[in-house]
Amino acid sequence: MPVNEALAQNSTYAYVAAVTIYVLSMFFYLAEPAFGRRPAAKSARELVLAGGGETTSTDDEPTTDEPTDTGTRGNRPLAERLGRMAVALTVLGALIHLASIVLRGFATHRWPLGNMYEFMSFVCLIAVIAWLIMLRRFAIRRLGAFVLIPVFILMFLGGTVLYTQAEPVQPALQSYWLVVHVTVVSTACGILLVPGVASVLYLFRTAYDRDDTRFTKFAPKLPAADTLDRLAYRTTIFGFPLFTFGVICGAIWAESAWGRFWGWDPKETTAFIAWVVYAAYLHSRATAGWRGGKAAFINILGFAVMIFNLFFINLVTTGLHSYAGVG
Amino acid sequence: MTTVDEPKVAEPSPPPGRPGVVAAALAFLRNTWRGLTAMRTALVLLFLLALAALPGALLPQRSLNEPKVEQYIASHGWWGQLLDRLQAYTVYSSVWFSAIYILLFVSLVGCLLPRSVEYARQMIAKPVLTPRNLARLPHHERAEVDGDVDEVFDDLKSRFRGWRQVERAEEDGAKTLSTERGFLRETGNLVFHFALLGLIVAFAVGKLFSYSGQVIVLANGSEFCNSGVLNYDSFTPGLRVDGTHLDPFCLKVNDFSASYTDTGEAVHYDSHIQYQSGQDLTTNTWRPYDLAVNSPLRTAGDRIYLLGNGYAPQFTVTFPDGQQRTGLIQWKPDDVSTMLSEGATKFDPPNVTDPSQLTKKQLAVTGLFAPSALFANGLITSTYPGLTAPAVSLDVYQGDLGEDTGTGQSIFDIDQSMVNDGRLKLVDKANLTPGQTTTLPDGTRVRFDSVTHWVSLQVAHDPTQDYVLLFALLMLFGLITSLVVKRRRVWLRVTSNPDADAEPARRTVVEIGGLARTDQAGYGEEFTRLAARLLDAARGRKAGGDG
Repeated sequence: MPVNEALAQNSTYAYVAAVTIYVLSMFFYLAEPAFGRRPAAKSARELVLAGGGETTSTDDEPTTDEPTDTGTRGNRPLAERLGRMAVALTVLGALIHLASIVLRGFATHRWPLGNMYEFMSFVCLIAVIAWLIMLRRFAIRRLGAFVLIPVFILMFLGGTVLYTQAEPVQPALQSYWLVVHVTVVSTACGILLVPGVASVLYLFRTAYDRDDTRFTKFAPKLPAADTLDRLAYRTTIFGFPLFTFGVICGAIWAESAWGRFWGWDPKETTAFIAWVVYAAYLHSRATAGWRGGKAAFINILGFAVMIFNLFFINLVTTGLHSYAGVG
Repeated sequence: MTTVDEPKVAEPSPPPGRPGVVAAALAFLRNTWRGLTAMRTALVLLFLLALAALPGALLPQRSLNEPKVEQYIASHGWWGQLLDRLQAYTVYSSVWFSAIYILLFVSLVGCLLPRSVEYARQMIAKPVLTPRNLARLPHHERAEVDGDVDEVFDDLKSRFRGWRQVERAEEDGAKTLSTERGFLRETGNLVFHFALLGLIVAFAVGKLFSYSGQVIVLANGSEFCNSGVLNYDSFTPGLRVDGTHLDPFCLKVNDFSASYTDTGEAVHYDSHIQYQSGQDLTTNTWRPYDLAVNSPLRTAGDRIYLLGNGYAPQFTVTFPDGQQRTGLIQWKPDDVSTMLSEGATKFDPPNVTDPSQLTKKQLAVTGLFAPSALFANGLITSTYPGLTAPAVSLDVYQGDLGEDTGTGQSIFDIDQSMVNDGRLKLVDKANLTPGQTTTLPDGTRVRFDSVTHWVSLQVAHDPTQDYVLLFALLMLFGLITSLVVKRRRVWLRVTSNPDADAEPARRTVVEIGGLARTDQAGYGEEFTRLAARLLDAARGRKAGGDG
């Protein structure tokens, strides 16, 4: 079936619009702490320290570091309003982003995850959605900009270097496993972006907590280290089983497409490495002396391997997964 | 998963009388075992495993692409050879990779055993005593309510359905309830790790008894039978497969079709085959199957895949004495996007038995085949992978093909050293379309008859792959359970209000304490909800009962 050019064009417009809105909302996120004092932050941190005598049972009371809601709309301070506008913009961006992906699917009459541009776009959308979901459970609005920065970089690269015309996919990809495997894996990848970012910020925050002359510009404005750690953990325990499921689906598909379920293809190998690193992350949290900084570092490493798998393996090495459609 | 906290008990001194060497050896073994099964070691091994797997993604691997390995070694000098000696091109069967995963395997077993015992013990054990001072727990709530101790207690107790619980009476007349929930977490944990063990074992056994082979079959009704290794173009046996006792089946490739977009991108490959296995072999019954990418044929314990395709031009050679020979053999695609193919169709002259004569008159029809030919300046190119305007551009060689030199020869090529030696001479060049003929200087005529498709099939056999899948799913199930379920304890103490002057509506004190047993974040919310529900119930009990 031929590609519907008009829909494909609109999909591209929506993609550009989404990136633009993300950038705009990034500025609003950055503006929030710039315009706001931090009235509740100090006391919130003390609360956590006092409440959690035992680190293994730290609770999840929302340690709100946003100013308390004063009730009526008009009375909200400027910073609060900026923050809310930032979130609203992110939601708008995500909706337009979703429209871009859906239009691409209708334009090509197939599941819109057939090449690297589409894959990257989907990963970013999931990362944004995952962050918005976590935002409902944690007081992490200040992290918005830090989540949107990697999203912006990935989407920029996706839209420029990796951009591919809307086309049908080759026979090997024409399987319902494309829908299952690629969707699950890219969803997991997008979700795991959030703990990756949270863990990086955790390292900054703990460095500041140890020595408050370091990273004084932005570290004090981050949520408490404990919140960042819990955010990373709770997002990872959602992303990791999903990733496992995605790899299993990949193995099932490989069995019916390539004649074996596991063949140490470069992509498979790197997925295995990422899986082992995330397994190490979960274990490190149960090991004395590895909690905190080391665990955060392992989580960052895990996400780095995922990104390495996404770029290097698709673009540089030649394996069976070379479906990037680039070049 | 390994023991989290190592015992900090001092080593018992060796009993007197036992020789020091034995004691030292035992101590060494014990310490090695403890070290190996410690969580820290498992973590380090996990990292080593990840690190050791990395070269497999970055360097060419023999198991995937042997020529590429040779090319890599050749172009990297001593470095390439050093890597070869370090087994960097066979990472997953290398000594060091095996060492790491075997150590990890041992560490896993050494940790699973005590943990299973502990798990079994906890299944029987009763929830622990209620702490004397619940206010010191991380989560704590207190309320003074109406009703006597027994009533309130029984009512609250009924709300702990599904919790493992034990009721205890204290000396001062207080009643306590110790409850515990979330044993599934450890169940999931154990299921995950035992399934991991099972997966590794199934994978390893599969490597012993599996085999795979590739074969090219012409799509003109040609047959292939899985009766022996020699029927394959290449064959990769598992360690315990000697090539006999392959699962018997036969198949016939009747046709092949490919469809392409206007720009030459492949859209669909499809081959109609017939096969027979088991009983059908004795009754010679053929069953049809539509073989396509992503749709392998599964029969007789084997799987047959459609991996690739190409063209086989057919030539008929009419020798000067009028005898005809027909040659039909696969040519290999040089460029899969246009299917421009190259190959060599070789002929022996008929009725020549004298080797010296034979090696003067052997014939090789070589060159390029284009399914959609375009000639520019006498050079052939292909513009499209489909068969729209087939043509060949031939170099015909005559002389000694060198087939008796003892060295193997490519079926796609002639032995170039024979040409260099002058024993094989280029006698004719011609561009032909189907039906056209070229005549060699000695009167031999070569006709390009037609084109046939060929398909490349892969046969794979892996007796344990279903078990691998089963274990993988068990792992997933265990993993999710162990991450989602929270293990926590809640204690309840109901006493009469020690404040003797308390009004009747405050005569009973309810205390609730909670503790999460894992590093699971998010317990606080749950406890707050639970406690609020319990206390509301206790407070509203009397009023609700009256109304």
